Amino acid sequence: MHIMEGFLPGLWCLIWFALSIPVIAYGIYKLNKLVGERRDILPLLAVAGAFIFVLSALKLPSVTGSCSHPTGTGLAAILFGPAITAVLGAIVLLYQALFLAHGGLTTLGANVFSMGIVGPVVAYVIYKAGMKMNLNFYVVVFLAATFGDWATYVVTSIELALAFPAAAGGSLTSFKAFAAIFATTQVPLAIIEGALTALIFKYIIQVKEDVLVELHILTGDAVRKIRGSAA
Amino acid sequence: MKGELIALAIILVFTAQFLYISSSTDAEFGGADGEAEGVIGELTGGTYEPIAEPLWEPPSGEIESLLFGLQIAFGALIIGYFFGYYQRSKV
Repeated sequence: MHIMEGFLPGLWCLIWFALSIPVIAYGIYKLNKLVGERRDILPLLAVAGAFIFVLSALKLPSVTGSCSHPTGTGLAAILFGPAITAVLGAIVLLYQALFLAHGGLTTLGANVFSMGIVGPVVAYVIYKAGMKMNLNFYVVVFLAATFGDWATYVVTSIELALAFPAAAGGSLTSFKAFAAIFATTQVPLAIIEGALTALIFKYIIQVKEDVLVELHILTGDAVRKIRGSAA
Repeated sequence: MKGELIALAIILVFTAQFLYISSSTDAEFGGADGEAEGVIGELTGGTYEPIAEPLWEPPSGEIESLLFGLQIAFGALIIGYFFGYYQRSKV
């Protein structure tokens, strides 16, 4: 669940826009470069964008008795890196703000920062670290997507806490209140997102493993090892 | 098959959790963003006025679920199409 239209004071809207816009600009530059060099990755780019589209529309009930939705950004973050994912996330957030009154235009900067930037950065870092440690590929993808999703909502809570500090206790107290809603609700959804992302990677390895090697996501050896173990 | 089975098991646990919560409590399963709005109201003593309204809102819950449904259908179509395309270009 994104921050709703109008629910951040003007100054905070501007701050989050100021942080998000450079990343999106860099993402567009990287996107153009990648597409210019390799037109054959376009379908995979479309799949990564569509995955965000699907998952961020699935409002699921959670243990807290309220609903939220996954983000779907882990897949794109692992495939194309956080900057390009920020562009894809911004497109989805813009669609939902314009046509679904979900999120908003004034809060777009804050929502892009949490869902399009921090979540994907967390997923990307966990993926890289996990692969370096030689853990099982699917376990690493699961962890990356799960914690990327979860980090998105921790950041959403931070954004709201900074804008609305509690009279007693300041932003830390209000962070606890917002995190109790967003971060707790998100735990089971993040786990589902992790499992679905690992599953879709299995299919990508089945049909298009050469692209993974060329994008330096996996080495040829790693692909052979994964296929040999047949998840 | 292992991957599918693990994903299925996670979804089943999730479903069981939902059935338990929905039958044992009177939870409303509203949006988490709506609850955050409530917290903002408490923190500011109800003085906060949103600085903007959505330009357009779906006129009803039905229309909203139509648009969310279209979003999912469109995304799933793209994913399915390109996996089929890759599968075919492999053989």
